[in-house]
Amino acid sequence: MALSTPDSEPRLFHGPGPGLRLLLLVTLAVVLMVLDHRNEHLVRIRSSMAALLYPLQQAVDAPVTAARWAGENLASRETLIRENAGFRRQILDQAGRLQRMAALEAENARMRALLDSTAKVGDDVLIAEIVAVDMDRQRHRVVLNRGGESGAFIGQALIDAQGVVGQVIRDRGASAEALLITDPDHAVPVEVVRTGLRTIAVGTGDLDRLSLPFMARNADVRTGDLLVSSGLGGKFPAGYPVATVSEVRGDSGEAFLAVTARPAAALDRVREVLLVTPQATPREPPQAVAPDDQAPAPPAAPAPGTPASVAPPATGTAQ
Amino acid sequence: MSRHRASPLTLWLSLLGALMVTVLPLPAIVDSFWPPWVTMALIYWCMMWPRLCGILTAFVMGLALDLLGGNLLGQHALSLSIVAYLTLRFHLRIRIFPLWQLTMTAFTLMAIDAFFVFWADGIAGLPTGGSGRWTQVIAGGVAWAPTMALLDHLRMRSENRGSRFT
Repeated sequence: MALSTPDSEPRLFHGPGPGLRLLLLVTLAVVLMVLDHRNEHLVRIRSSMAALLYPLQQAVDAPVTAARWAGENLASRETLIRENAGFRRQILDQAGRLQRMAALEAENARMRALLDSTAKVGDDVLIAEIVAVDMDRQRHRVVLNRGGESGAFIGQALIDAQGVVGQVIRDRGASAEALLITDPDHAVPVEVVRTGLRTIAVGTGDLDRLSLPFMARNADVRTGDLLVSSGLGGKFPAGYPVATVSEVRGDSGEAFLAVTARPAAALDRVREVLLVTPQATPREPPQAVAPDDQAPAPPAAPAPGTPASVAPPATGTAQ
Repeated sequence: MSRHRASPLTLWLSLLGALMVTVLPLPAIVDSFWPPWVTMALIYWCMMWPRLCGILTAFVMGLALDLLGGNLLGQHALSLSIVAYLTLRFHLRIRIFPLWQLTMTAFTLMAIDAFFVFWADGIAGLPTGGSGRWTQVIAGGVAWAPTMALLDHLRMRSENRGSRFT
C-alpha cells in the first residue's frame, strides 16, 4: 500500500473547497433530474449528449458484429446450402400463406366498407438492428442503430419475426433507445384471440414473463391462449402477437387472477427488429389494399411514377 | 518532486474502460452480479490521485453512466459526486488501511452510491428494481481486490514512466 503518491496532498483543493464544489454539483444534478423527469426541456440536449456516447456503444458492439461477420464469411458451403434450402422452403410456405392473405385482406376491406368503417392498410416498416450493449442492468432497454435520421420516432412499435418487442422511447438522431415489453415500466394493451377479451400486459423485469394483472376472477382465459396487441392506446398496431398465456392461478381471496404469459418475440436473442408505423388511413376505398399496386398501373402510366418518386420523402417527413 | 506525475491519460483511459465494461452485453444471470466498475475505478483514483480525479470527474462519469443506461439524467452524477467527496475527504486515512478494511470501505462507498441511485428512482416514481441492485454491490466488494491490483499496476506504470523523463 503506497503511503503517499506523487500526486501529493498539499495544494489539494484550489478554488472552491470540496464541500462547496459538492454542493454545487449536487444542486446541478438535482436540477437535471427534475428537468429530465418533467421530460420537456432536456430532450434535445439529452439526445445530443447521448449521441456523443454512441461511438462508445458501437465500440462495445464491434466484437459482436465482427464475430457475426466472421461467422457469415467462414461458414462452410454445406451450411450455406442447407441454410439456403431452409430459407427457400420458408419463403415458399410464407408466399403460399400470403396469397390467401391478399384475398382475405381484400375481403376484409370490402366488409369494412360495407360497415362504413376505417380500412386497415398494411403497416410501413423500417429494419433496425439492436446494438449489442446493455443499458441499465435492472431495466430492459436496448439501443437501436436507427434513429430519427432514418425515420424512427418516439412511440414507434418494435416487432420481430415472432411478435411485439417493444417501443422507441428516445430518439438520438443516428440511434434510438427502446423499451422492451418486459421492462417493469412497460405495458401493452392486448386482446385474447380466442375470446376477444381485452386487457393489459405489464412487464415483470423478467425476460420471459409478462403479467396480466387486471383479469377478473371469472375471466375466460386459459393456458396457451394467444394474446395479440389490441391497438388500443394507439401505440402498437393491432393484431401482432404479444405473448401466450403460460399460467393462470386463482388464489382464493384475491380480487384478480394471477395470469402470466410468455412473450412471443425472442427477446433475449433478437438482433434485427422491424420498426412499424401504422397506416390507418381513414375511409380508404376498399380497392386500396392489396391489388392497388398492380391493377391501376397500366391505364395511368405516368401517375404511379410520380407518387412512387414522391412517396419516400413524404413518408420521411410524416415520420 | 514538485511535478506531479499523475497521468490524466491513464485516468481517463481506465475510466473509459470501466464504462465500456459496464455496458458489455451479458447473459441475464450475470447481470445481477456485474460489479459497478465505474464506481470502483472512481473510488480508487480519488484515493490515489486526489488532485487529478475529483468530484467533477465523478460528476462527468455519472452523466455518462446516466446517458448510457437511459436513466434519469443526473442520477449517477449525484451519487458518484457524493462518493467522490467522501473518498476525497478520507483519502489519507483510507490509503493506509489494510486490504480487508479497504475492501469494507469500498463496499460501503459502493452501497452509498447504489442507495442514492435507488433513492432517486424511488422519488421519481420509477421502478426501483429487485435485489439485483444490491447483489451488484456485493459483487463489487468481491471484485474490489483484483480490480485494485489491476489499477495499482496501471498507476505504478504511469508513475514510473513519468519519473523516467524528469
